[in-house]
Amino acid sequence: MQTSHHDRSRHVLPQFMAGCAVFALAFGLVGAVGISYAHAEDVIVGLVTKTEVNPFFVKMRQAAEAEAQTKGLKLIARAGKFDGDNEGQVAAIEDLISAGAKGILVTPNNSSGMLGVIKKARDAGVLVIALDTATDPADAVDATFATDNLEAGVQQGAYAKAALGDKKPVIAMLDGTPGGTVDTFRHDGFLKGFGIAEGDPAIAGAAITNGAQDKAQVGMENLLSKNGDINVVYTINEPAAAGGYQALKSFGMEKDVILTSIDGGCAGVRNVKAGIIAATVMQFPYKMASMGVDAVAEYAATGKKPSGFINTGSYLITDKPMPGLDSKDSEWGLQNCWGD
Amino acid sequence: MSSATPSAPEAGAGLFSRTKTIPAVGPILVLLAFCLVFAVTNPRFLAPHNLSIILQQTIVVGTLAIGQTLVILTAGIDLAVGAICVLGTIVAGKMVNLGYDPMLSMLFAAILCTLSGLIAGALVSRLDLPPFIVTLGTLGILTAALRLISKGGAFPVQDDFLGLTGNTFRIGSFVLTYGVLAMLLLYAIVWYLLNETRWGRHLYAIGNNPEAARLVGIPVRLHLLQVYALAGLIYGITAWLALGRIPNADPNALQTANLDSITAVVIGGTSLFGGRGGLVGTLIGALIVGVLRNGLTLAGIDPLWQDLVTGILVIVAVAFDQLSRRRR
Amino acid sequence: MSALASAPNQPGDSVRNVLEARNLVKSYGHVVALDGVDFDLRAGEILAVVGDNGAGKSTLIKTLTGAVVPDSGEILLDGQPVHFKGPLDARHRGIEAVYQDLAVAPALDIPSNLFLGRELLSPGILGSVFRRLDKRRMREMAAEAMADLKFRLPSITSRVENLSGGQRQGVAVARAAVFARKLVIMDEPTAALGVRETGQVLELIRAIRDRGLPVVLISHNMPNVFELADRICIMRLGKRAAVVSPKSHTMADVVAIMTGAVKVEAG
Repeated sequence: MQTSHHDRSRHVLPQFMAGCAVFALAFGLVGAVGISYAHAEDVIVGLVTKTEVNPFFVKMRQAAEAEAQTKGLKLIARAGKFDGDNEGQVAAIEDLISAGAKGILVTPNNSSGMLGVIKKARDAGVLVIALDTATDPADAVDATFATDNLEAGVQQGAYAKAALGDKKPVIAMLDGTPGGTVDTFRHDGFLKGFGIAEGDPAIAGAAITNGAQDKAQVGMENLLSKNGDINVVYTINEPAAAGGYQALKSFGMEKDVILTSIDGGCAGVRNVKAGIIAATVMQFPYKMASMGVDAVAEYAATGKKPSGFINTGSYLITDKPMPGLDSKDSEWGLQNCWGD
Repeated sequence: MSSATPSAPEAGAGLFSRTKTIPAVGPILVLLAFCLVFAVTNPRFLAPHNLSIILQQTIVVGTLAIGQTLVILTAGIDLAVGAICVLGTIVAGKMVNLGYDPMLSMLFAAILCTLSGLIAGALVSRLDLPPFIVTLGTLGILTAALRLISKGGAFPVQDDFLGLTGNTFRIGSFVLTYGVLAMLLLYAIVWYLLNETRWGRHLYAIGNNPEAARLVGIPVRLHLLQVYALAGLIYGITAWLALGRIPNADPNALQTANLDSITAVVIGGTSLFGGRGGLVGTLIGALIVGVLRNGLTLAGIDPLWQDLVTGILVIVAVAFDQLSRRRR
Repeated sequence: MSALASAPNQPGDSVRNVLEARNLVKSYGHVVALDGVDFDLRAGEILAVVGDNGAGKSTLIKTLTGAVVPDSGEILLDGQPVHFKGPLDARHRGIEAVYQDLAVAPALDIPSNLFLGRELLSPGILGSVFRRLDKRRMREMAAEAMADLKFRLPSITSRVENLSGGQRQGVAVARAAVFARKLVIMDEPTAALGVRETGQVLELIRAIRDRGLPVVLISHNMPNVFELADRICIMRLGKRAAVVSPKSHTMADVVAIMTGAVKVEAG
């Protein structure tokens, strides 16, 4: 029996420590929770962004927080785990319904993937507004506050066409994630603005960047290896443009190519100012978020719901304006950009 | 003492010594502690609707974690869980949209998933390739293949049979989906397999000491092959449950399911070195992650804290495993 | 009911050979591992097999456990010729082996290890259809077997990893003892153990012999061999150099035969 007794004493300590650790952790949380959960009767507005990391959504969240504070609402923010995470966003909306949210603002990762849970929310009397990205069908939500991405793409394409002038176009497309709603709109808008159709021989090739700088760089390098005559580059966003620029530079072609983009992030606007990006199309995430919070406040107070697509606008930002195209310069851009 | 009364030394020995006979007591304590905290801070947490939501949110990763547990018990690891499951959703969805019989489509998809597991298992057991590398390769191949098949886009799947597991039923004030029931049923079946049959006993022995298993005549390679194939079948069944939960076949879905399922398994107390742990812990582990995410949202706390706390729990769990192994 | 299979051990039968081998030959390419070896194991004895490295004792043991198929020669079990194609063949014929490295699954409990690979199923439909393990019966039989062998353990439901090294090897030895119907072969069973733990295992081996099962013991440890063995089979250069009794020969004699310093007529 001696061994047995010895056995037992070896089991007591770690179990005891585990118990202590768990309860310390749990009650630490009570403290944190107790503070933040002070006003149980607040009107709750939920914000579900695509990811936590993109500065676009950070800006959106900051604006929503600020606006919620002004209006006396409580904001609960959630996000998908990765670009394209539909399951995580569905769970977030479910949790927000449980939390008793009055309204939910969502930037859907997948325009058709969360229709069921959105319906559930609306059936429960929750106002649901899509920000930045529309759902499919668009009337699945009460209203959509977003950049008209097709229009933004058209602005980008029209600028590229004007800047190229009479030269024969050889276009590289640095796309985001194939099949994404925003990606499709911007891509198609660019072609429309440039005045060509999908499959036009002027398109030298396309690369999938997921909107990330590193992947864009590799993609651009490969496209340049394939075709050294490229003179116009479409990019899904400014990080992709930055990656594309690195590749162009390593090929010594950064001076000869018209690099265009969309987003209006501050880093992107600075790149416009530095002459790295010829032109970008700025969108206004803070407008989407603050308008969304306002709509929830209004709904909570009066029961009135917004409806339809509300364009939050987009501006062409460039220091080399083209005649006939409305644009703002980079100074204006820096005052109105998002991110750092 | 010559052990004439085998159970005598355990009797009346107090809570702590008995913990070695109750599986997953640590994870259960953690789960209860979190539930207690969240229930105190927001009464909505214990609302039947909310508890039902947490269960539904656990379905996909929770069911995938069954297969992951089997693989980890053999001292392997499966990075392709999510990819194999998405293979199931895309193939079944695509076939149904092309007009094939839904039941046949789902069956075919599940067979494909089983086959994927079988191939990975063959590479691991016959060629002695490391499971990490084999399943990493499977993950890459499937991810690319699925994007090629689906041309990158997600597509809705509207079919009564494929969506069946999303239908609800009521127990008192609890509204549950058939998916939740299916998950729990799968847990029960595989638990029985692991704990009450030779097959499960041999699985533990192989994870523990493959050489000893071989010496007593257990066909180790064949067993490994079966484990990976069964895991593949479970991922295929999960595909059906996933379509019931979200009727959308999405090649971008479940990208973090491999790490999420490993997290559930590890928090549940199963050792990454194989041969120790079990399914009760895994279910509790999956629930802990779900409860944290939901509870923090209800409390209005930044859900990034969920990742942080989950990270701490993973490290604590692995540290306990390592310490308890080192003492031996 | 005894959990231990008991070998027949009638009076006057003491020279009955349980296992015999005649003229075994096994070569690997040019290396002749077994060069016409004869071997016999009598009922109820502990036969030690000793020899220098490369003397062929390891190959001899492998042919007897079915791990190696000899090129020629014959093996007789209870007088009947047998041909082992693998370890499972030998096991099915009632020959069990214990190895030097502790061949146990540490996280499993004692009954699970004892019955590993040979688990008992529940009676009736639970066993035949649902393949359910009969854990209670295995636990009871394990406890009984340990009691029969007078092997002291803290608790029959302990995980093997909570046991000392000697106790763990005890579990492996007990496993062989429970399932062997003819004989037990032990390949350096104490090589990984300390002195005190070795003592525990030696006692077990003696207990097995006393239950009537003959034991083949391969060991480098001369004091252990002389403490336990009834006869000592000395291997040298792929042949059986001699079989001696520890009563008539000293350790020095045995070592001399092993190393070839003394020549003996092959017996």
